[in-house]
Amino acid sequence: MRAVAFLAAAAVMLTGLWACSEPAAEEELVVYTSRNDHLIKPVFDAYTESTGVKIRYITDNAAALTARLQAEGERSPADMLITVDAGNLWNAADKDLLQPLESPVLAANVPAELTDPENRWFGLTVRARTLVYSTDRVDPAALSSYEALAEPEWKGRLCLRTSKKVYNQSLVATMIQRLGEEKTEEIVRGWVANLATDVFSNDTALMEAIVAGQCDVGIVNTYYFGRMKQDNPQLPLSLFWANQQSSGVHVNISGAGITRHAPHPQKARDLLEWMSQPQAQKLLADRNMEYPVNAAVEPAEEVASWGEFTSDDLNVSVAGALQVDAVKLMDRAGYR
Amino acid sequence: MRTRGALSASGASVLLLALLVLVPIVVLLAAWQQEQWATWQHLLDTVLWRLVGNTLFLMVGVTAGVLLLGVSLAWCVATLEFPGRRWLQWALLLPMAMPAYVLAFVMVDLLDYAGPVQTFLRQWLPALDFSARHPLWVVITLSLVLYPYVYMLARLAFEAQGRAVLEQARILGDTASSAFFRVALPMARPGIAAGLALALMETLADFGAVSIFNFDTFTTAIYKSWYGLFNLQAAAQLASLLLLFVVVALWLERRGRSRARYSEIGGRQTLRSRPRLAWGVTLFAFAVLFLAFLLPVSRLLYWVIDNGLMQVDARFLNLIWRTFLLGTMAAVLVLTLAGWLAWVKRHQPSPSVSVAVRLATLGYALPGSVLAVGIMISFSAVEGWLADLGLGIVLVSTLAALLLAYVVRFMAVGFGPVENALQQVRPSLVEAARTLGASSAEVGRRVYVPMMLPGLLTALLLVGIDVMKEMPATLLLRPFGWDTLAVRIYELTAEGEWQRAAAPALTLVLLGLIPVMVLTRRRAERLNSPRN
Repeated sequence: MRAVAFLAAAAVMLTGLWACSEPAAEEELVVYTSRNDHLIKPVFDAYTESTGVKIRYITDNAAALTARLQAEGERSPADMLITVDAGNLWNAADKDLLQPLESPVLAANVPAELTDPENRWFGLTVRARTLVYSTDRVDPAALSSYEALAEPEWKGRLCLRTSKKVYNQSLVATMIQRLGEEKTEEIVRGWVANLATDVFSNDTALMEAIVAGQCDVGIVNTYYFGRMKQDNPQLPLSLFWANQQSSGVHVNISGAGITRHAPHPQKARDLLEWMSQPQAQKLLADRNMEYPVNAAVEPAEEVASWGEFTSDDLNVSVAGALQVDAVKLMDRAGYR
Repeated sequence: MRTRGALSASGASVLLLALLVLVPIVVLLAAWQQEQWATWQHLLDTVLWRLVGNTLFLMVGVTAGVLLLGVSLAWCVATLEFPGRRWLQWALLLPMAMPAYVLAFVMVDLLDYAGPVQTFLRQWLPALDFSARHPLWVVITLSLVLYPYVYMLARLAFEAQGRAVLEQARILGDTASSAFFRVALPMARPGIAAGLALALMETLADFGAVSIFNFDTFTTAIYKSWYGLFNLQAAAQLASLLLLFVVVALWLERRGRSRARYSEIGGRQTLRSRPRLAWGVTLFAFAVLFLAFLLPVSRLLYWVIDNGLMQVDARFLNLIWRTFLLGTMAAVLVLTLAGWLAWVKRHQPSPSVSVAVRLATLGYALPGSVLAVGIMISFSAVEGWLADLGLGIVLVSTLAALLLAYVVRFMAVGFGPVENALQQVRPSLVEAARTLGASSAEVGRRVYVPMMLPGLLTALLLVGIDVMKEMPATLLLRPFGWDTLAVRIYELTAEGEWQRAAAPALTLVLLGLIPVMVLTRRRAERLNSPRN
């Protein structure tokens, strides 16, 4: 008896729930984004304010969102995918989840090396991954390139973040493209041999270790450095632009593409083009201390103060195409 | 009177329920259709054996840790009198509200080379240099957040034994310690085993805490295949292997339980002896509470204040409300279904029913996001079939899908206490009530409800807390607008902003405290009531 009552109550509850989880309204754009709430909401709010178009979005990591797009197929409510790291965008395009878009606006605003060669995704912001060093213990003249960190002079002085982080996978992927597998593996082994301590799970902890004296040099994304310096400008820590005599600094993007089965492709296109223009570029880049992709837009003052640099001009899609190779290479080299 | 037909209908409903839970797991198993030999070969050649070794190390370590902490604290609280016992007995449950990934981050932050502890100590020991990312710290951290499962269930068992049994053992010549090992411990084994099984399944499924320590476990291989090698199939294959661990763990637990049926002997006496080192016991219990709860909470509080107090705006309140709502709804749902399973298992015991019940509790050891993908794929498939039939019904990213995910994942947490509660109602008691002319409604109201209430409440609160802490399935399956505190924590930590995540993390811990408080208040009332 009680059980029947239980089940009846459960059934009533479920029906109620069904009713209150309404699908997106017809005219709203739907975005899946791994760019998180506090960074993306101001951008969407500004768009809604200037155009009246409402945006619904769901945040999660790129792999989960990609799996979701794949499972939903042509019934997906999503119009756009926004993620960080070119590898994730490459993967979504590779699984045929994004559609190509010929847009003169985007072509003008987004450099070709930060765009999918088949125009299925476009960079929105740029982050550089470069060297960071202790100004107390390292003479910047001793620094040159990512490759040079494998030299014996850095033994016990290097800190790295885990190879499970996609930023390191992308860096190694471009090295494979430039130097070949054999040479790259040799360098990665050199890095591992030079490690001062276990690899870190985030860039901030890595820089704290440099400040504390556990190691002298590391590889980080610029915005993590920016955040630390903002909180504490006196830190004896500085960026060094790597590979200026050779391939240039490794850069990665946050970017977006229109989904293959977007219910509102035209509206999605309008949003994507708007995001490549100055107002949105400032919002997208400055809040996370990244560089705008649009060359006509100045980076934030703080970001500009780190100096100019030459970046690697390989198309960032290489990071995706060679990511699997990079992961395997790092596993072989014992880089955890 | 029940007829055979009605009974088999209820048996069929249990089977149906088990199937519902099984669908996402079967979807994962379907991944084996495509061979992913290249990925397997790579993992076997490079990292897999180290990961399996690490996982076994972690399992053994956490087993030792939670047994040591959980059983000893339960024993002290149940049988000894020491200063502060009255408040420590419930305070020791508080770490349950602490998500493992939060404690992990606080630990690494405090103890690593650059952290305050080592920096402070280096003033006198300049050569001090140890890593807070040593495997031992992972074991300690997980043990600290998971021991309450064992503590809670073991304490219930020890208290139920009463003093009489132990005194008889002593009269018959046992020393205090042999009475503990020969009598009390074996009698409490079912409860301890149930708690340990929960702790171990949590350990297997954990990804957040181990990745903060950068300690590679079997789960790491799953995520490496998925995120790094873009191979969800291989990830699903690896994840399905975790089920083997679970089957073994559950089998051990059932074996521990089925040897004998223990019910309490005589009345419950709260007579406790006062050991010579009473203050030592207090110190030990407080140290555990301090490390597992007070320390991390004060660290979070420090960050919240440091960041300029929490911004409590409408959006933040909405997060709290959604978190609470999801926890409550999922807990009620799990409890209902677990109650039904336990009921049918008791009244229509058959091999197929007990297999179905066992299958329905498999989901707890699967990493949440892998399970969530399984659910998403199966809902999506159903949606596709319905669309082919001309029925445009949305299933993915509805509350129903999310709640199903919680049911699949947390059925094991709810089922154990519910089944135990039902076992407390001895059939003879029901028969006696019937003989005395009670109607079935009256038996329900006057026998089942009062006797099962504590167990049901325990299940409700355990599931509620777990759901509120749950992160990956919520992330993937939540409907638009249903962001929770755990979702916000993920978003901030994904960008490395751990300090800013302190506000939602602290709120989540405080929210989790409410059920823990209710749980302990109920128990206190029950123990003080004349009925016992």
